[in-house]
Amino acid sequence: MKHRYLPTTERDKKEMLETIGVNSIEELFADIPESVRFKGDLKVEKQLFEPELIRYMSKLARKNVNTIENASFLGAGVYDHAIPSVVDHVIRRSEFYTAYTPYQPEISQGELQAIFEFQTMICELTGMDVANSSMYDGPTALAEAGLLSAGQTKKKKIIVSKSVHPEARAVIDTYARGQHLSVVEVDAVNGVTDLDKLKEEMDDETACVMVQYPNFFGQLEPLPELEEIVHQHKSMFVVSSNPLALGRLTPPGDMGADIVVGDCQPFGIPAQYGGPHCGYFAVTKKLMRKVPGRLVGETKDEVGQRGYVLTLQAREQHIRRDKATSNICSNQALNALASSVAMSALGKEGVRTMAEQNIKKAYYAKSQLENAGLTTVFDGVYFNEFVIKLNGSVKEMNQKLLNKGIIGGYDLGRDYPELSNHMLVAVTENRTKEEIDTFVKEVGGAQ
Amino acid sequence: MNTNQDQSLIFELSEPGRISYSLPELDVPDLDLNEWLPEEFNRQKEPELPEVSELQLMRHYTALSKRNHGVDSGFYPLGSCTMKYNPKINEDVARYPGFSSIHPLQEEETVQGALEMMYNLQENLVAVTGMDEVTLQPAAGAHGEWTGLMMIRAFHEANGDFNRTKVIVPDSAHGTNPASATVAGFEAVTVKSNEKGIVDLEDLKRVVDKDTAALMLTNPNTLGLFEEDIIEMAEIIHSAGGKLYYDGANMNAIMGAARPGDMGFDVVHLNLHKTFTGPHGGGGPGSGPVGVKADLVPYLPKPVLVKEDAAYRFDYDRPDSIGRVKPYYGNFGINVRAYTYIRTMGPDGLKQVSENAVLNANYMMRRLQDAFVLPYTQHCKHEFVISGKKQKKLGVRTLDMAKRLLDFGYHPPTIYFPINVEECMMIEPTETESKETLDEFCDRLLQIAKEAEENPEVVQEAPHTTVIKRLDETTAARKPILRYQKA
Ligand SMILES: Cc1ncc(COP(=O)(O)O)c(C=O)c1O
Repeated sequence: MKHRYLPTTERDKKEMLETIGVNSIEELFADIPESVRFKGDLKVEKQLFEPELIRYMSKLARKNVNTIENASFLGAGVYDHAIPSVVDHVIRRSEFYTAYTPYQPEISQGELQAIFEFQTMICELTGMDVANSSMYDGPTALAEAGLLSAGQTKKKKIIVSKSVHPEARAVIDTYARGQHLSVVEVDAVNGVTDLDKLKEEMDDETACVMVQYPNFFGQLEPLPELEEIVHQHKSMFVVSSNPLALGRLTPPGDMGADIVVGDCQPFGIPAQYGGPHCGYFAVTKKLMRKVPGRLVGETKDEVGQRGYVLTLQAREQHIRRDKATSNICSNQALNALASSVAMSALGKEGVRTMAEQNIKKAYYAKSQLENAGLTTVFDGVYFNEFVIKLNGSVKEMNQKLLNKGIIGGYDLGRDYPELSNHMLVAVTENRTKEEIDTFVKEVGGAQ
Repeated sequence: MNTNQDQSLIFELSEPGRISYSLPELDVPDLDLNEWLPEEFNRQKEPELPEVSELQLMRHYTALSKRNHGVDSGFYPLGSCTMKYNPKINEDVARYPGFSSIHPLQEEETVQGALEMMYNLQENLVAVTGMDEVTLQPAAGAHGEWTGLMMIRAFHEANGDFNRTKVIVPDSAHGTNPASATVAGFEAVTVKSNEKGIVDLEDLKRVVDKDTAALMLTNPNTLGLFEEDIIEMAEIIHSAGGKLYYDGANMNAIMGAARPGDMGFDVVHLNLHKTFTGPHGGGGPGSGPVGVKADLVPYLPKPVLVKEDAAYRFDYDRPDSIGRVKPYYGNFGINVRAYTYIRTMGPDGLKQVSENAVLNANYMMRRLQDAFVLPYTQHCKHEFVISGKKQKKLGVRTLDMAKRLLDFGYHPPTIYFPINVEECMMIEPTETESKETLDEFCDRLLQIAKEAEENPEVVQEAPHTTVIKRLDETTAARKPILRYQKA
């Protein structure tokens, strides 16, 4: 049957088989032992022609409640932010999205330069010296930071605060098990890492301490105090950070972090049911040669023109194989590009304004909920998320909210039994005053 | 502003006061953040991000895109990467709000369409691979490899088998295979290839023992050759108590012709960004689903997507699971594209894909075999390897020939991989290329082989037509400049 992606005609086929010197395509498969040759039809769903397929996929998509037609107060690691239209126009340029890793720098200068610019923007936001070209996502970047720390310090224990995203902690556990590292979780008190408990856990076997800033509850961890405790024991200080928040908050790099990781999803990347997003990985100069993944560096060509290449590749799997600093190969380059475009579009002023609007709108929402008689827990400063206590279940509340076109917050009872009936509420710049007021009315009225 | 001929960085276009966004004015009461934020959190030194207008931004990135070669720009026979055409309908579908704008922590009842898509994709991948179950959680091939190895480890440990510390990989294996073995806590042991380019059974028998956790194999292998002793190999590994791991990077060769599950493989990963048209994105994102046989199902990453009556939900109650390998449920956006592609092709279409991919590769191999050294002469599958040994004697390296191809608008093949073939060039045309394209490319490569004999400088000094000449990689690594710094 003819197919629009398959240009080989019957005549082509005949000529090609002649050149090869066989009579049929079947002969080219003769090296597959007969006993494992697949006979019959693959049990794959049937072919749909383009118009049918569009209709079918549209129907599937329409079965999902989306965050464009509904006002979302759900965050917990993935946020509903404004995405400038230019982002999609840039990443839809096929020179970018149909290319692969820039192995041939002479015809990949566009991608290489875009990554170089991305690395620069991440350094600027995090206050770190070196950033790589991207990781799969924030949580796997955090797990790799744990492996780097263990390798660097030759110690076997990772301490993670319970105020780090629960799914990130789950990912860390899996990676650590692979490397025979132990993971110890430290409780949170009043929504931030319990410093006394942390001190008790610190010892000479501690490779690193991982905290999140702003943390899973939206609270700002006391990084200066944490840094002191961590470095007293010559452990590495690893901070997972929402890069948008760093548009307004003091960056971890200015507070002694050794490794800063996170996810760029807030910059130009739609939620897409959780992926692909875009991890970033930033370190101090000292750790430059230990970084996982690809790095782009500036250099010159034979005639002195400025250009960019993949560099310090002796760290990577294709050179070092089992001794590589990581097994990562494909990364999230296109999303790193999307984030770069979003950061450039917002620019210096816009990133700051957007970050500030998040704080201000979250502050407004929290105050209004308190005025409506709701209990908010944790009294520290926060970025764009905070925790409220409901009288009933979060699930029921969310059902009720959905009827008003609102996607409610995250049910903290799923991960923290002591916080059942507590909702984590995210308020981004995308939420209007009217939407916030409706949310307050619905949630507050039920109490 | 950059005043010489160099392509400007976006930072060099920046002028204070320019913007290219349109955030609405704050519509809630203002808050003085300098007052509200404690001093230690109140950022003093602002990040130096660019300040450009929207048109400046578009011109900048358009200029960058023109300095980049993609599949839509021209032929891209980068072996092992399956640089096939990226269908445009996939891009449209992935952007439907019901796919692009849904939050991973929404209540399951509100995302039934997404779950249905994922479930169907899993079922289709089960059918293509002949495995029993598939997880969509891994983000890429390497991530899938590590996930699969972690499951194999969990399986051995559940059997009280704690001493299986070794993973065997062929010398022709991709670098991620040994690297993933290390990350999963194993020691990578190399098995040699024989003169036919496939795993040497005698050497395999030598390295396999009671410590063997698994053998990782790409089949067809990275030389584009089918491991025809696969049944014996499976027998050797299984009788030693090990598991067989299938690196599915080369699935494009055998859809509908053979299935890893039928060859005795216990675990498989697929690269949906290769065989199943996920665009390569300049390096990613990909998607690396993993399929397993029944005895490994308990160890799948959690949560596991299940269908009950007509509804879909995630099962978190998986006591033997290796845990999470990724937040949420994998690279959903890439999975939507792969599913759209599978539905575009259907079962017959997928089979034709592999047939044509193999036809194209064999055709090119035969057209090029006399001018170069063909280390393995049997029919290949979807890709093949030639060596530039002859040209090297003339002072022209494979790297030079690759650079010369740039002058003709081609992305060169993969070079110097696999590492067991000297001066190698690994060519993968894919099924989406026409015979004319293959012929033109072969003509050029034959011309270059002739140039190597008659006029080697033109090859040695290539490229001549690109926006930039060969770059000084040594200095780049010795004195790394990894970010822009204002002069
Ligand atoms: C044979 C083989 N295995 C594994 C991989 C790794 O896949 P990924 O880049 O998706 O991690 C590749 C990719 O280049 C490959 O060619």
